[in-house]
Amino acid sequence: MTAPLHDTSAAEPAAVATPEVPQKAIEGRSPWQIAWLRLKRDKVALAGGVIVLLLILVAIFAPLIVKAFGHPPEELHEDLLDPLLGLPVGDWGGMSGDFLLGIEPVNGRDVFSRIVYGARISLLVAFLSAFVAVSLGTFFGIVAGYFGGWVDAAISRVMDLLLAFPQLLFIIALISVIPNKLWGFEGSGLRIAVLVLVIGFFGWPYIGRIVRGQTLSLREREYVEAARSLGAGRFYILFRELLPNLVAPITVYATLMIPTNVLTEAALSFLGVGVKPPTPSWGETLSTAVRTYEDDPLFMIFPGVAIFITVLAFNLFGDGVRDALDPKGSR
Amino acid sequence: MLAYFIRRIFSVIVMLLVISLVTFGIFFLFPKMIGTDPALYFVGKQSDPIAIEGIRQKMGLDDPILVQFGKFVVGLVAGRTYANGPDVTQCAAPCFGYSFKTEQEVWPLLLDWLPVTLSLALGAVVLWVIGGVATGVISALKRGTVLDRSAMGIALAGVSLPIYFTGMLVIAVFSDQLGWFGRPDATFAEDPGRWFNGMILPWVSLAFLYAAMYARLTRATMLEVLNEDYIRTARAKGLTEPVVIGKHAMRSTMTPILTVLGLDLGALMGGAVLTEYTFSLHGLGYSAVRAISEHDLPVILGITLISAFFVVAANLIVDLMYAVIDPRVRLS
Repeated sequence: MTAPLHDTSAAEPAAVATPEVPQKAIEGRSPWQIAWLRLKRDKVALAGGVIVLLLILVAIFAPLIVKAFGHPPEELHEDLLDPLLGLPVGDWGGMSGDFLLGIEPVNGRDVFSRIVYGARISLLVAFLSAFVAVSLGTFFGIVAGYFGGWVDAAISRVMDLLLAFPQLLFIIALISVIPNKLWGFEGSGLRIAVLVLVIGFFGWPYIGRIVRGQTLSLREREYVEAARSLGAGRFYILFRELLPNLVAPITVYATLMIPTNVLTEAALSFLGVGVKPPTPSWGETLSTAVRTYEDDPLFMIFPGVAIFITVLAFNLFGDGVRDALDPKGSR
Repeated sequence: MLAYFIRRIFSVIVMLLVISLVTFGIFFLFPKMIGTDPALYFVGKQSDPIAIEGIRQKMGLDDPILVQFGKFVVGLVAGRTYANGPDVTQCAAPCFGYSFKTEQEVWPLLLDWLPVTLSLALGAVVLWVIGGVATGVISALKRGTVLDRSAMGIALAGVSLPIYFTGMLVIAVFSDQLGWFGRPDATFAEDPGRWFNGMILPWVSLAFLYAAMYARLTRATMLEVLNEDYIRTARAKGLTEPVVIGKHAMRSTMTPILTVLGLDLGALMGGAVLTEYTFSLHGLGYSAVRAISEHDLPVILGITLISAFFVVAANLIVDLMYAVIDPRVRLS
């Protein structure tokens, strides 16, 4: 008992003879590792994650996929349409080995390649606008929460105002007055840029509110006080002390914001103010379907199901991420 | 209490002013940037220059934007007189101006569209509150069972479906193929039976989307509430399960649901854009999309203001209701 510590520790393994067991029991895990372990056990969320990954791969390799299995997305095949009705010749919307998902009514484009290319627009707009919303929301939320006073009052007022806007109407109005050429952008590039900015801009107050609330509670913590007493500057505290502790809630809301953005982009393109044809987008394809679905109902199924699967996969994955990062939530 | 109320009303008015100013700015400044003249929208492209000049004078389209905006606000409150020499038009309060496209007064148009939007929103809200809350409560009580899992699976699918896709699907199946329901092509005044039959599909599709959200929210809230100490106390003192759930747990569960409900209903009363568009219901949302594509500024401004009014009013009502539902909340 009175022997020096290093003596006991050196002698013990020999005495007990099973050294592995106690070592295995004490394994340090960071919060992120714990969250990852929890997420790995959630099979449904993982399935969602795998589908999301596949969709991203489809979007990236769209040209290769279409080269192998389809026709260029903007190529017209009017010879395959019934000249009187504008509907594809043949059963099932003109589905065949050559046109996997059939032919678009009226224009005669390959539905398969338009769906594959549509994933690009959908995911690009959803991710970039979520990035815009998260950046703005984090910055203004953290500043409002940390500085308080009139800064907080001003930012909170602006957030309230944006949330009170009839958003969809406003986005439509804003996009509809934007000319075809602006700041050196034109065509679908400009459209996509505008969609990203507008959707992101109207999304930031949701993140901003959450970040502000979290910051309010975090700024009173001892470690922030410690940093301040060591002479850390405001921005050091904001971005090196507070921000890392906000990453978890921000991640959760960013993942759950992406499916909403997919739906918004599709809705805008459906209403004719998003991406303009011939650029392929799921919403735009559905708006073409509005005119023909009573004669060719199969055509609207594909873009609709594409949107549905994408949004569902992101929702499943997002729910899993939330449960993994926030163990208090009950399922 | 009174001071609180006055302050809130004041902030509502400020908010509405800012929203209309921003809308005004977008439609005034952007045409200038791309070099079109708002007066052109009003008289049509082929009119002679004198007519255009006359319109511009009469509508005050040459005034600086803030002057135009000021006149617009005054017109809302006190009515407005448009005059260009002997050509005088009187527009009674609340004056939203005249449609650039049809030259009709905007306020009566808004009053025409509002009942369509309201009947869609109110019909759907009844369905989704009953369906969504009941599903959520049952799911929470039967947590982990097949019933719960399938209900939540359907709810998750429901929130992932775009309304215009479900709308087209139900029209294709129930209206075109089976012929059970008609399309919304009659007003209530014309033929109540036909109107009701036509509204069923829009109501159900819109309600399904919201019911899915409310079922998820209700279930999560209910599960949280059931873990509270006071529920255990209620059970421990021998209350029956229906009383514990129905009286004790439901009260706390309803607070967040009523909050969201107020805001959702407020947003929908300003126009369910996508639903109205899919089912060709000529309400505020449908008309807004059309007005936007026609650059009909006065109509857009009118609809935006009405929508914003409903959202802001819903916010206020929800805040006031907090004090009623939850006596611990003090308004200040």
